[in-house]
This record gives sequence, structure tokens and C-alpha cells, in this order.
Amino acid sequence: MSTLLLDAEALYVELRAGVRRLLQPDTAMVGIWSGGAWLAERLQHDLQRPGAHGVISSTLHRDDFGSRGLAGGADATSLPFDVEGRPILLIDDVLYTGRTVRAVINELFDFGRPASVMLAVLVDRGGRELPIEPAFAAARVSLPRGQRLALAKEGDRFTFSIQDTR
Amino acid sequence: MLASRHPQLNKHGELIHLLTLEGLPRDVIHHILDTASTFLSVHEREVKKVPLLRGKSVFNLFFENSTRTRTTFEIAAKRLSADVINLDIARSSTAKGETLLDTIANLSAMHADMFVVRHGESGAPFLIAQHCAPHVHVVNAGDGRHAHPTQGLLDMYTIRHYKKDFSGLTVAIIGDIVHSRVARSDIHALSILGVPEIRGVGPKTLVPGDLAPMGVHVYHDLADGIRDADVIIMLRLQNERMTGAMLPSAGEYFKTFGLKPEKLQLAKPDCIVMHPGPINRGVEIDSAVADGTHSVILPQVTFGIAVRMAVMSIIAGNEP
Repeated sequence: MSTLLLDAEALYVELRAGVRRLLQPDTAMVGIWSGGAWLAERLQHDLQRPGAHGVISSTLHRDDFGSRGLAGGADATSLPFDVEGRPILLIDDVLYTGRTVRAVINELFDFGRPASVMLAVLVDRGGRELPIEPAFAAARVSLPRGQRLALAKEGDRFTFSIQDTR
Repeated sequence: MLASRHPQLNKHGELIHLLTLEGLPRDVIHHILDTASTFLSVHEREVKKVPLLRGKSVFNLFFENSTRTRTTFEIAAKRLSADVINLDIARSSTAKGETLLDTIANLSAMHADMFVVRHGESGAPFLIAQHCAPHVHVVNAGDGRHAHPTQGLLDMYTIRHYKKDFSGLTVAIIGDIVHSRVARSDIHALSILGVPEIRGVGPKTLVPGDLAPMGVHVYHDLADGIRDADVIIMLRLQNERMTGAMLPSAGEYFKTFGLKPEKLQLAKPDCIVMHPGPINRGVEIDSAVADGTHSVILPQVTFGIAVRMAVMSIIAGNEP
């Protein structure tokens, strides 16, 4: 067990302020399934954005399909707006290797050509394996490879848990 | 022993071939149906393709003709970005005397990753799955009178789509059950998914007597069989499989077992009418029913592509 403590609710307040600065009037927020989708839903409400937020899944573009398959289940992308020409702000809970974000960008472009794509995350834990950087991260932490940082939702409140994957 | 009894599952219980629905765990069926629902919207995208089978070769081996089923498999594989090779196998190697396993060995040497097999002999896809290279996946697209698992799955998808839940349903399968691999796959799937009342309806010559152990109630009167049904699955009268006089005539059949609007009124008001196609209007189904408000025959075709995408992507993603 790690002694690292992350207050997800305090980080959410930081994220909300950071996202507010990144948003243009026509920006569409898209949460990466599943933790990012919870965040996007709450941000959409708290920042009083018009319309509905999007949810995007990396499943169909993952680079580990050969070893992981579809065993994890299929989660559906839902983008209730026209992607073509829109500035898109991707929201995720934890940024790590960048592979999920790569897959999600591919998924996004299957729906059209956005004007721009940015990324805001609650926690950047380093360890990137691709040249992907967030426009905003509420916190930067360092974790050993064998540990997984996961956002959980209890009612309306967020918490972080750290699990050993080895 | 388990592996030899269930050659379609690997040691973790994951699907690596789809040969039959018989004995499949309920979770595996629901996983396929859940996955299919994500693929249903792929055709609404600007790019109507996903890259899951990019770089994989899918060989359609139809030893028995079926333009429609072959086409839906081809569309499904192409939407998954696979390369699809259609072999007119019935008129080539087999006609020259090559054995089935030699044909498979040759095609494996061409680096096939998946075989979609339709064969007139029951069990042919099993034989292929047991003898092909370990990395090759096999999908049964219909074998003899035995099984047509993707049709069974798309029927289950259709029922789940319209009825949401299987637990309170009465499902009537009507027509030529004795020759129908669709009926067999449907019956296995319906009982795995917990449908309490499965009926087999048809004349004595076309409804086998051994359905009771499969949990099926047999009716030889259409009105009795259809009463209070939530789901009606019509089967095609398979003229090409009829040997000997099993029926007086197609006209006589329509009179007693054809689904007409007045008969449909005996079913539940919100019942759905399904048919695996191709339909014979005026033989097993009246046009007013086939084109009517209860008919979900065309949605079945659309769901069929998504279900085949789900099957192919799930088995391709699982290790032998």
C-alpha cells in the first residue's frame, strides 16, 4: 500500500478552474470512459455548459486488442453533437502511458474532423510511452509501475484508490 | 476432456471458435449481444469501419450456397477492416476431388486467420476447428441440420432489443423444424437465456418428436401454438431439403400453417414476428404479416451484421 493521498474532490475543484480557462464558447467536452465520463458529466453541469457532453471509448482502437481482446466488454461512444469543425476538450481521470488517449483520438476522427483536440486530466502520473501532453492537469504524481490509480464514484463524490496490479 | 467436448472455448472459458450455441454459458451469449450493440452504430459514423481485424484475412468458405449469409459476413468482416476472401469452393477444389482437410491445409498455407464455414454436412466446422492451425478461428455459418449459431445469436439480439428481458417470454417457433438448424440454435439459446415457454409448432412430418428433452412444447395446431405468444419465429419451408412426400403441397401448407393476420391476433398484442429469410410469401407467411407492424424481419438483417462483427472480433481477440 502506498502512503500517497490524493483528495479527488479538491483536485476536481482545480480541474474545474483549469477547464473553465480552456473552454471556448463552442467547445464540446468529451469524457473518456469511464472515469473521464463521470468528470465530464459533472463539469458540464457545474460549468453550466449548453447541450450534452460526449462520452468516448478507446475499445475499438486499442493497440492491445491482440493480447487483451474484447474480454473487458464493450463500452459505447456517444457523441451527441457534430464533431466536424468543433473544438474538442477531452477529459480523463488519470493520464499514464498515453495509449488510451491515442486510441480515443482515432475514435474521435471516425466521427469527423474536429477543429482542435485538447486534453485535461485530474492526475498526470507520468510514464508516457507516446508524445501526448495534457493542456491541464490538476496534479502530477509519480507512482511505481505496478500500481494502478483509479477514480471511484460514491454518489456525487469522487475518491481515488491505489491498487497493486502485481 | 472439457476441451474436447467444447472445442470452441479455450482453457479460460473464452470463445475462440463459434461452432454451436449448445452448452455456451449465458454470460458468453450476453457478452456477444452487448458487444453487438456497440457495433450497431458503426454505420452511422463518418468512417464506417473500426480497425480491430486490420491485417487479418477472413476466408468465406461456403461449401453450400448462401448469398445473403455470405454477404452479411463479408460486410461484417470489412467493417472490422479485415481482408475478405470469398472462395467459390463448391465449384472448385471439392469438385476436383480434394478432401475437406486438404482444402483447409492449403488455405491455412495462404495465411488465413479466420474461416467462416457453411457446409451441407453437420459437424464439418467442428472438424475444421480441430484440424486447423492453432491461431486460426472458425465460425460456423450453418452446418447441415445441426446449427446456425450466428443466426441464433441475431435472433436473441432481436428479441432482447424488443422485449428487453427473456424471463417471462413465450416464444413460438413455427414451421419446418425438422430440417432447420436455425430452430436448433434458437432453441438452445432461448433455453440458456431462461425463456420459460418455448414452443415448436408445425405438422407432424416437420416437427421432430424428440423436442421435449430440449424443453420444447410441441403443437400440431397453429392456433394453439400461437396463443399468447410474445415472439413468433417463422421458419422457411425448405423445399430443397425435402425428400419424399412430407407435405401435400405448398398451398395446403399455407392453409393450415401459414401465418395470416387473423391467426396473428391470437398472439399477444405487442408480439414480434421474426423470420431468418429468405421468406416465401404465400407459403409460410402472408404478405400482410411479413410487411405488417409486428414484423421485425428487416431489423433482424441489420442486427445480423452487428452480431457477426461481435462474434468475429471476440474470437479473434482470444488466444487459443
